[in-house]
Amino acid sequence: MTAEVPRGRGAHARTASSLRLVWVYPDLLSTYGDRGNLLVLQRRARLRGIEVEQVLVHADQPVPREGDIYLLGGGEDLPQILAARRLRADRGLYAAAERGAVIFAVCAGYQLLGTEFGGEEGQPVTGLEVLDIRSGRGERRGVGEILCEVNPALQLPSLTGFENHQGVTTRGPGVAALASVLTGVGNGDGTEGSWAGRVLGTYLHGPVLVRNPGLADLVLTWAAGRLPPLADREEQWTQLLRSERLAAVTPAP
Amino acid sequence: MGKLPMRARLATTLGGAAGTMSRLAGRGDGSVIGGVIGLRLEPDLLALLSAGRQIVLVTGTNGKTTTTRLITAALGVLGQDVASNAFGANMEAGLAAALGKAPNAPLAVLEVDERYLPAVIKATRPRVVTLLNLSRDQMDRAAEIWLVARRWREALAGAQGCWVVANADDPLIAWAASGARHVVWVAAGQRWQEDSWCCPQCGSHLLRDELGWRCGECSFRRPSTRWVLDGDRVIDSAGRVSDLSLSLPGRANRSNAVIALAVAEVFGVETTQALPRLRDVASVAGRYTRLARRGRQVRLLLAKNPAGWLEAFDVLDPPPAPVLLAVNARGPDGKDTSWLWDVDYRVLRGRPVLVSGERRLDLAVRLESDLVAFDLVEGVDEAVDQVEGHSLDVIANYTAFQQIRVALGRAE
Repeated sequence: MTAEVPRGRGAHARTASSLRLVWVYPDLLSTYGDRGNLLVLQRRARLRGIEVEQVLVHADQPVPREGDIYLLGGGEDLPQILAARRLRADRGLYAAAERGAVIFAVCAGYQLLGTEFGGEEGQPVTGLEVLDIRSGRGERRGVGEILCEVNPALQLPSLTGFENHQGVTTRGPGVAALASVLTGVGNGDGTEGSWAGRVLGTYLHGPVLVRNPGLADLVLTWAAGRLPPLADREEQWTQLLRSERLAAVTPAP
Repeated sequence: MGKLPMRARLATTLGGAAGTMSRLAGRGDGSVIGGVIGLRLEPDLLALLSAGRQIVLVTGTNGKTTTTRLITAALGVLGQDVASNAFGANMEAGLAAALGKAPNAPLAVLEVDERYLPAVIKATRPRVVTLLNLSRDQMDRAAEIWLVARRWREALAGAQGCWVVANADDPLIAWAASGARHVVWVAAGQRWQEDSWCCPQCGSHLLRDELGWRCGECSFRRPSTRWVLDGDRVIDSAGRVSDLSLSLPGRANRSNAVIALAVAEVFGVETTQALPRLRDVASVAGRYTRLARRGRQVRLLLAKNPAGWLEAFDVLDPPPAPVLLAVNARGPDGKDTSWLWDVDYRVLRGRPVLVSGERRLDLAVRLESDLVAFDLVEGVDEAVDQVEGHSLDVIANYTAFQQIRVALGRAE
């Protein structure tokens, strides 16, 4: 666990006044309400007075290099393989990663950031190698509510979400687990998700940033700098939903 | 039933008795239990019950129950008995029960769960397979839709003497059907396109214009169609134009009706004969009817997935008419509510929106994000009491819909 918590670009400077959110390949990677993660980041940024520009990049378009946050969603096997092939050829996401842009990826998008993932017959497929992780196909599909304790270095409350995947993911040195699993499957070894620098991936959809506003704000902070808290009434429904979901998966005493 | 082997006869008799007892005991409508018992006694029951009949199978993500009903109505022109699983029991047991209950019907119109289509094709040797549309639905228990399309394609390619009536505007449907020998292509429209950005054949981006869709890289493109839905009119295979003027509301039902007309033609039923029968259908399994409740008219709409919600919005009375949204996440609904984020709720701005159901907080957060004002209510009666005006439209997913039907069935 040598990963370091990145300081948002505004750790010392002022909060950014605008953000460019790039949704990568919603035509290939948007199976489980992935738009929700985009909408939540947009809402929480705008409530802080940050202007948001949404850029939806289809698989036949070049990935812009100048985005602040790149989102990759979930997808079926064949679209995942196709997305990996196109992103490798396009190079735009590599350029963004080198610049230190934030990359937030879910499920199939998470797997394809790694060096390798399992194809439709379980065969190894070369990933983007943006994150030193390796994924393959597990014994059985993990489907259901998942509850995790976040890596203490990130100082976030528990994660709640829904997972639906058959992936098993291992990390190389320099990549930390996002969380440890209390209920559910996650990476398959008791951990869930991965992060290194400003690249973060998770098996949670649900969508994950809706139920986990702390994680949403972490992602925003990496890109925009320190953020003031939201007013209670702006968090009211999110917190009610979050409490309900946490109660639904926490075993009764 | 004279031709059925003894075992199958016994299986249907016992199954039928169980269905009757289930109905008498007040457990469900008895449409499945008989089939379950029958199939346990005779695994080939579905094949045996299908033998000698002309069978129409109907499948797709949305519109199965309604289209099954419309085709049954259209085939009524022939004056023969038609067996049908009219209440949506669409897995093997439900199909066997429907056939077992109508042993002498020479025709059968059966809706089939998407996952079971290949097995049911094999067992029933259908004359017609009807493919409506394919989009994301209950991903926590259903197979991924590209996989479903691939299995359909394989099953249809091997089906002898079978006609496929298919919606050419849905690329996944077109791909699944294009492996079949005989296809009647229908331009039935496709509102929800979020699951068909990519070519099912090669995965490249699909190009769309007013003429339809085509792959930017390989040769796969929208087939030319014999039947066309054009606004509220149908253009039939002979090029004749007729007004649909259905009682059922919405674009999706006009699409279902055109497909039903194309199926009817395979059986020699003309559009002019079938249309009056389709217009008589005003309610399907509790959907679309207006029920009086506490001095207001309540209309129930079922929507189970993003494409279904899009079609339901199309049916709503115009603003400021109020709407109640109800969402559950039990087994039959899919336990994953993430699909709520695939629905664009902004069209609901400018009307009173009430929210109920076991997962109303998921909906609340979703609506807040789309800047749609809403109020939480406990149930349909509270919603009825709260709204002004004469009517209330209700959009609910599967078990939420059933709960509201039960609530409305109770005395006021």
